[in-house]
Amino acid sequence: MPRVVVDVVPKPEILDPQGQAIARALPRLGIGGVREVRQGKHFELSVDDAVDDATLHRIAGELLANPVIEDWTVRRL
Amino acid sequence: MTSFSSGRIGVITFPGSLDDVDAARAVRYADGVPVALWHAEDDLRGVDAVVIPGGFSYGDYLRAGAIASHQPVLRAVIDAARGGMPVLGICNGFQILCEAGLLPGAMVRNSELRFLCKDQWLTVENTTTAWTTRYSGGEEILVPLKNIDGRYVADASTLAELEASGRVVFRYVGAAPNGAMNAVAGICSPDGRVVGLMPHPEHAIDPLTGPSDHGLAMFRSVLDVLARM
Repeated sequence: MPRVVVDVVPKPEILDPQGQAIARALPRLGIGGVREVRQGKHFELSVDDAVDDATLHRIAGELLANPVIEDWTVRRL
Repeated sequence: MTSFSSGRIGVITFPGSLDDVDAARAVRYADGVPVALWHAEDDLRGVDAVVIPGGFSYGDYLRAGAIASHQPVLRAVIDAARGGMPVLGICNGFQILCEAGLLPGAMVRNSELRFLCKDQWLTVENTTTAWTTRYSGGEEILVPLKNIDGRYVADASTLAELEASGRVVFRYVGAAPNGAMNAVAGICSPDGRVVGLMPHPEHAIDPLTGPSDHGLAMFRSVLDVLARM
């Protein structure tokens, strides 16, 4: 069965305080050099062969992501 | 001004709704008739207006309001709102209205990443909507605010259009506690029939149980409007 990954991240202009909090925690692990973290969501879908790319983009754009605040990518594995 | 005391106002219950009981109580306090609506049914039971209450519908899974916005009852609400039926979305209800596309923009995590629970002063900036005719322009009201995803965001052109057309209905007094753009606490549709706000007017209808009775006028306003229809 085909597997599909949809990744959703906040748009660049949307303040992401969760990503900022993660970035601020990294120095406490002794890790430097990370300038920015953006936190998003990762979806893994198992779909029938009949589910075409247009349908996958509909799934992503109408439910998994909110296009007002988020960008998304669809990738077949 | 006399209220339309037989005005029937639907209050939707989703799995995870918290404030449907208080919203129905507010309708009763305003001399309206609350009608319980169920998320899985597309029957609005002939109501004259609808309140989408606060809470955590579907556990805020995916995004606050995202799952609720696709339920059968919301399909019916969207159709009725496009025909001019007044709709009020409070907190999670506001998030649902945005996810459903009835109001522009979105609510995201509060900028300080904290759940806020406090009494909040708001300015009423538009007194021509179906839900605000009983207020005076610039009036300040005190109502509870309680959420973690309350920061209103919209793209620059949407925000400019809302401001230019007077569709910012409620604004936080002072700095927005959650980082909301332009300190927006509530907005309305172009026809002023659909209003959404993050703070909770239904918790401020009696000084015995809330910080004020300033929220009651919202429910009385819509009953006035229905009486004139």
